[in-house]
This record gives sequence, C-alpha cells and structure tokens, in this order.
Amino acid sequence: MILGSINPAVLLAALMVAATPILLAAIGELVVEKSGVLNLGVEGMMIMGACVGFIVAVNTGSPFIGFVGAALGGMALSLLFALLTQALMTNQVASGLALTLFGLGLTALLGQRYVGITPPRTPKLDLGLLSDIPFLGRALFTHDIVVYLTIALVGAVWWFLKYSRAGMILRAVGENHDAAHALGYHVKRVRVLAIMFGGACAGLGGAYLSLIRVPQWTEGMTVGAGWIALALVVFASWRPWRAMAGAYLFGGVVVLQLNLQAAGVRIPVEYLSMSPYLITILVLVIISSGKGRSLNAPGSLNKPFHASS
Amino acid sequence: MIRLEKRKEPSKLWRIANPFLAVALTMLAGGIMFAMLGKDPFVAIRLIFFDPIFSETFASYSRPQLLIKSAPLILIAVGLAIGFKANVWNIGAEGQYIMGALFGAGVALAFFPAPGWYIFPLMVLAGAFGGFLWAMIPAILKTRFNTNEILVSLLLVYVAERILAAMALGLMRNPDQPGFPGSRDLRRYEAAYNSELIANTGMHWGVVAAIIAVIFAYVMMTRHMLGFHIQLAGQAPRAARFGGVSPARLVIICLGISGALAGLAGMFEVSGPGGQVRIEFASGYGFTAIIVAFLGRLHPIGIVLAGLLLGLTYIGGELSQMMLQLPGAAIQVFQGMLLFFLLALDFQTNYRIRLTQGAHA
Amino acid sequence: MKKLLTAAVLSAALATPALADTTKVGFIYIGPVGDFGWTAGHDRARQELQDHFGDAVETSIVENVDYGADAERVMTQMALSGTDMIFAASFGYGPDVNAVAGRFPNVAFQHATGYIQEHDNISLFDARFYEGRAVLGHIAGKMTETNTIGYIASYPIPAVVSGINSAYLHAKAVNPDVNFRIIWTYSWFDPALEADAAETLIEQGADVIMQHTDSTAAVRVAEDAGVMAFGQASDMVEFGPTAHLSAIVDRWAPYYISRVQALKDGTWEAQNSWMGFAEGIIEMAPWNDRIPAELQEEADGLIAAIAAGEYHPFTGPINRQDGTPWLADGEVADDGALATMDFYVEGITSDFPN
Repeated sequence: MILGSINPAVLLAALMVAATPILLAAIGELVVEKSGVLNLGVEGMMIMGACVGFIVAVNTGSPFIGFVGAALGGMALSLLFALLTQALMTNQVASGLALTLFGLGLTALLGQRYVGITPPRTPKLDLGLLSDIPFLGRALFTHDIVVYLTIALVGAVWWFLKYSRAGMILRAVGENHDAAHALGYHVKRVRVLAIMFGGACAGLGGAYLSLIRVPQWTEGMTVGAGWIALALVVFASWRPWRAMAGAYLFGGVVVLQLNLQAAGVRIPVEYLSMSPYLITILVLVIISSGKGRSLNAPGSLNKPFHASS
Repeated sequence: MIRLEKRKEPSKLWRIANPFLAVALTMLAGGIMFAMLGKDPFVAIRLIFFDPIFSETFASYSRPQLLIKSAPLILIAVGLAIGFKANVWNIGAEGQYIMGALFGAGVALAFFPAPGWYIFPLMVLAGAFGGFLWAMIPAILKTRFNTNEILVSLLLVYVAERILAAMALGLMRNPDQPGFPGSRDLRRYEAAYNSELIANTGMHWGVVAAIIAVIFAYVMMTRHMLGFHIQLAGQAPRAARFGGVSPARLVIICLGISGALAGLAGMFEVSGPGGQVRIEFASGYGFTAIIVAFLGRLHPIGIVLAGLLLGLTYIGGELSQMMLQLPGAAIQVFQGMLLFFLLALDFQTNYRIRLTQGAHA
Repeated sequence: MKKLLTAAVLSAALATPALADTTKVGFIYIGPVGDFGWTAGHDRARQELQDHFGDAVETSIVENVDYGADAERVMTQMALSGTDMIFAASFGYGPDVNAVAGRFPNVAFQHATGYIQEHDNISLFDARFYEGRAVLGHIAGKMTETNTIGYIASYPIPAVVSGINSAYLHAKAVNPDVNFRIIWTYSWFDPALEADAAETLIEQGADVIMQHTDSTAAVRVAEDAGVMAFGQASDMVEFGPTAHLSAIVDRWAPYYISRVQALKDGTWEAQNSWMGFAEGIIEMAPWNDRIPAELQEEADGLIAAIAAGEYHPFTGPINRQDGTPWLADGEVADDGALATMDFYVEGITSDFPN
C-alpha cells in the first residue's frame, strides 16, 4: 500500500476533467426536464455529438468548429425527438429510448471511415501565473478551455432559471403546463427550445470525449455516459450547481477508485461503482419525502401537453 | 396553419392502418439508405421482413427462433403496459429482468448437480420473486415517500447491472472453469434447463408464460374490476380517487406485476436460450420492451404483434448482414426508423390534422 | 427432428458439387468491426484471407452478436446457408459453438480462445499473448526511469493475468527495482475510463504504460504526458508517435489462411492450437527509434529465442505472490496452468482481485 503517492491536487484536477462530459450533458438535460420533458435519449445525442464533432474537426482541422458541429449534431437529433413528442404527441419515454438506439446506429455508420484517425489537438489554456500557485494551481488552472466554459455554462443556466424572465416561463411550463398555457405562454415553443438546448449540450459532452478526453472515434465510445448524466440530473434535484457538485462526486468516485487501485489497495470495484446510484436514490428519497417540496421533480415531467382551447 | 385536433373517439381505421403505413414508410426510407450504402434495397428488405418467415432455406429454423427472440420482449412489455395505462412508469424492467435471472440461476446453482422435478418450478418462483422484489423498491419509495418511480427504477438498472457483473465474476462463477467469468451452463444441467417443449418449435416455458400473460392481461384489462380501476386511474386520476381506488395500492400492483413478469423473462432466458449468468447477459430486453409496449399501443394483442415485428427485424437483420454484407449499424438505424414511424403515425389515431386560417392565441 | 435438420443440410451439401470452387466462410464477432481492437484484429485477418484466396473464398460476417441464443441462431443460419467454415471470435461462444457443431457435423468450426471441444468438427485456437508481454516487460524494465510501470487491465481472466505476470517477471529480470501499478477497469472498452486510468498511473509515478484493454486512449494520454506506452492488439503508433514504443499486434491471418486451405485440400481436422511468435500469430509493431539499438537487439533476440522454443517466458524458479513455490528451478509452466492462471507472481505488490 502506497497511499502517500496519491496527490490530492492531482485528484481534484483529474475529477474535474472526468466530470466535464457528463456535466455538459446533465446541464442540458436539466433544462429539458425543468420544462417538463423527459428525454431519455441523452446517450444517443451524446454519441451523435462525439461522432459529428470528430468528423467536422478532422475535416476542418479545427477543434473549435468541431465543437460547434457537435452541438449542431446533438441538436439535430434532439429536433427529431421534439418533432415526435411535441408535434406528434408520442410518448416521451419510448421516443427517448428509440432516439438512443437510432443515434448509436447512425453514428456507427457515419463514423465508419474515421476509426483510427487522430483529431486535431485542442490546446490547453495557458493561465500563466495562476497555474503556478501551489496546490490550487495544479488542481484548478491546468485544464483545457472547455472545462471552464462548462462551469460558466452551469452558472449561466443557474442565472437563467433563477433570475431571467424566460427562465421563469420555462419553469412555469414545467411545473404546470395547463396553467402556463392559460397565462398565454407557448408551452410547445418553450419545450422545443429546451429540447434543442439539451441536444446541443449533450452533443458538446460527447465531443469532449472524442476530441479531448480520449481522443479518437470508435462506435459506442460514450459507453453509458449519457445514462450517468440522466442520473445526475436527479441527484442534483434539478439545480445547476448541485449538478456540478454531483458530476464532481461521480467523477471523484471514479478517479478515487482508480487511484486506490494504482496504490495497490484492494477494493471491490463492482460494489464501489454502484455507490453513486445508491446515493442518488437516497438523495431522491430525502428530497421527495420531506420538507423540500420545491426540490422535487417538475410537476409536468413526462406528461404530454395538448392545447385544447 | 396546420394544427392537430383531438378526436372525440380514437380512430379505429387508423389504429389498424398505421402499423402497415409505418412499415411501408420504413421500407422506403430504409431502402434509400441501403441503396446509398451500395446494397440492393429490394434484397435487403426481403431478407429482413420475408426470408425469416418464408425462405425455403431459413424459415423452418427462423420461425421458431422468432418466438424465442420475441417471447421475453412480449412477456416484459405486457406487464409494463398495465402500469403505463395507470400512469405508473416502470422503466427499470431491465434491472428486474437481471434480478429475476440472478434469483432463478441462484436456485439452480444452489441445487447443482442434484436432479429433481421441483428445481425448475422453484427457479420460476425465484425468478418472479427476484423481479418483484426489485420492482418493490421504487413502489415502496413511491408510496411511502412520493419518490418518482421513473427515476428510481432507472437508477436501479445500473445497480442491477453491477450486481450481475459481480456475480458473474465472483459468487456464481463456474468453479470448473477457473479464471473465466460466467456461471455454469444451465443448459447442461437437466433439472434446471428450460428446454424446448416440442423440438424445433421454439416453444419453451418462457413462450408459454408470455402467452399466458397476454391472455391474463387481456382478460384483466377488459373484464376485471382491477383493469377498470387501472384505466380509470390513468385517464382520470381524481375520479378514480373519488371512486375509492387507492393510488398506493395501484402503484404496488402495477410495479409488482411488471417486475414479476420481467423477472420471469430473465429467469426463462438464463435457464434456456441465454444459458448462463454472464457479465454481458443483459442485452437491453428490458428497454426494448418499453418500446414494444408503446408500439403495441399498450394493448396485449398489439404487444404480441409489436414483439413479433421487432423480433423479425433482429433475425432478418442478422440474415441481411450475413447474406448481403450490410453493416450491423445499418440494421440498427433501420430499426430506429421503424420505431420512429410507428410512434409518429399513432397521432392519427387520436388526432386529426386540420388546416385552419390564421394563428390562434 | 434435429436429425431432420441435419439431413436437410446434408442434402443441400450434396446438391452442390462436392468440390465447389468457392468455400464459404462465416465470421461472428462479439463487437463491431470498427472497434480498433479485438474484433478489428479478426476482421483484418478475414480481409487478408479474402485477398489471399480471391474468388475461391466467399466470406460473410455478422457483428455485435451476443453470446447464447443470438450466437446459436446466427451460426445455425450460416450453416443453413451453406457456409463451410465458421470462425467464432470470442471465448464466450463456447456452449453455442458446441451446440451448433453437434447439429452440423459437415461444417468446420473454428473457435477463438475457446475451451470447450465436444465434437470433432470444432477446432480451438488462441494466441500466446504472454510471449509478447515478456518482450514488452523486458523493454519496459530497461526503459523506465522511475522504476514504475503502469498496467491497465480489463477483467481478471487467465489471459490477462498471465500477461501481467509475464511482463512483470521480465521487467524484474532486467531491473530488480521495478514495481507494477495495476488498475482493473472491468471492461474491455471504455475509452474515457482508460484515459483516466492512464492519467492516474502516470501521476503515481509510472513512466511506462501497458494496457490489456482495447481503446487507444492510454497511448494518447501517455503522449501528452511525455511518458512511454505500449499499444494493444493493433499498431497504435499514430496516437502517440513519441510515446508508443511498440505493441503486440494480433495477426490471425496466417492461421486463418492455413485452415481454409486445409479445408479445401480435405485435410482439415479438429485441433487445439495455442500459437505465438513461432507461428507468426503475434508480432511486435515496429520498434520506436527511442529504444536504444542495443535494447532492440535484445528484444529481437528474446523473440527469436521464444519462437525457436529455446526459451519459455515462465521458466522457474518462480514463486506465487504469497511466497509459496510455483515452478522449481528450470521447470517450465505447462499450458494447463497458464490457461487457468489466477494468481500474481511474487514481487507484485497489488492485491489480486477477488
């Protein structure tokens, strides 16, 4: 056992990176669910972003344009979901699952010729002196720009939901769509926009994997990250900063178990890896049972809306 | 401007016509995709939809296989549909399927290698119980703490998957094959083997169970008071409550039934076609069954047809890979299209398209 | 009824000329052909097979086939469609291969990394990856400056465990101070997790990364961190031109070609082949220039000695991790022991999983 070789600053740095893709996807899904829509197709949209982002980046030579392409790719797939669930009133659970199946297949086809290629490199952000600060410098200031933009996005979503008028409308739509409709808000328009935002974020999360974290394209490479993002939204009880805390916790559990293994500690990996889900269920029970009614799931989640007037 | 108008009565005509239209549209869109991949679209579609049932070479084998592939989907979907009708959202059937398989296999492995007629019935009970137990977690959390059952049942899938991996690598690992993950092959343990009842018909106990479940669900939903309560709770929850239907009781019943059926499906699979507890044992039947339930419009007979249709695309998909060198991914996309069209066209059953002049508020 | 099926196949076989020019060969894969790892390795061999025989061979594949009923169905359908030889490319297909082989005695089955052989139309074959690991261990032991080598492992199964032991023994032989850090990912393919694992190992002092998982993530992480790495199953040099020292490349093609040729010649029979450097089933990706010429020669020498049968990577004295003797001085491990290996050798400090 060589526990001394685990450096907490490095641990922190690693978990920030490990958390970024699932946090991106989760923050998008959080907005979707806040508008009262449950899109279980996160995994499908993520892999779409991973694939399209990779293809665009390779062909343009620019990781930045790749990320834009990834957002558009995820958004395109989410529009299909929006069309089905909002215009054609299909069931959200079934449509989301079909979306994942479709996305996994489509990307495997699209990406066929891109296996075994290296994408253009995303430069690390040079924060100069900041990264020389002892401990904090290594932990916080040695990342690529997407890590920071993701945190900024979490802040923006938090502000949007809490303080902006549009955010207020979105929450109203998600809490009670009939009442929101009666007040003259366009329930479907709001939801379609939220779904598109969710798709774009999931796409970015996927591209973070294929362009920065791994970086390569292989079919099925998201390996369930989209499902973790779904759990994360619940864990966060639909609050952006908690989603970030949750993502860091998830990332932290992974990184910690890797570190303990590398240090020669025998740990039951299979059991440890189920702990985040059990914790999430516990959190869910606590928020739904007790005082915090406001923390509970959006009132209209997964309920179809059709204006009957 | 185009808008949808809710029909007063669901359209019977569209209900029947939609699936055919959806299949036709999928053939068209899929055919275009196959052609773009440089494959003959007519051959591909013939291989997917017709050859498994009609081809001289394959049909005598593929037809029974259709039952084997579709039975677990139908068994799970029938249970789920009952809950969906009552607005009880169990989307964790995959987890219940795994737990059913683990409980069933656990009984078999505990008795190994003893013979005995009672072992298989015990496994059936254990399988149903395993699924039931796993479904009771979201049920009780829902009734006691008002915790969202969609999310809890989904999260429990991840937990079940990890328990499965732990079992395959640890407790249930075959002691005679040291080193390799995976349990003993239950197909080689006669007392536990869920074999074909009549050779080359594909009929195993899981198929029988699926048929019984379909009939049971049909009778319950159309003839029995409980079925009426379930429908009422789904369509008019307030009226149901005033009518003395206990929501908590319904949650327990719906999750209990769907969990037990999913558990049964897992148990019949692990003791028959699947053969052993493996890390990769769960291949998504529980999630696919959700789609099957909706494709079947939550109706037992519809679910049978939907399950068979999806099973057909799996088997035909394999054939078209083998005979035409279509990439596996193209089959997945094709299935995705089929699901989208089937789901999308259903709106015509409940809504009609109206062209109106001008916008409305 | 089962006999009836067989009879149908027999008559189908008779209907076509017995010495048909075209041999139909089917492949079933556990993963997608685009996985850049295990399945890709087999499909590479299939393409070579196709190129080698041209029109005399017709190959077909079905990818992403799950173990159990799906595999049994796909192989049966292959057999029904007149396939002469079926390659099943994953160890988990064992029961399914045996079930189908029993029903189609005229179809030749080739099962990769399998261990069940109940019919005389089933051949089992596997590669001695531990031979390659010995070479990697030797190079790693000499190249490391931190004396710490990181190892990303998938599942604790004999093929992986014997690889770790072989690499460790040969690193230790040239560098007594070497120590191994081992991470089990419990997955064959999870690029993000493998990247995290590589990063963790590097942070804990490893300057050479080995992997027994399929993605290229670890090589790229090593490249970015300025340390060294070995690829897996394919030449992964493109993902880390500086870091990538070499890789054990799976090369099934010579074996595939020989088996199909044997079938054409009418000399095919069931066998159980465990092949290594000698048969050309595994080979090393080109040495990176940063490996000193002297070390390259040593590595080449080691490969030659193993290929010639002069040296076995598991030659005693070797103790188990707990210090109990396993192989006496000069004793060579038998294949049975290697195929079921479930312990670390002495000197590895990590606890064995499970």
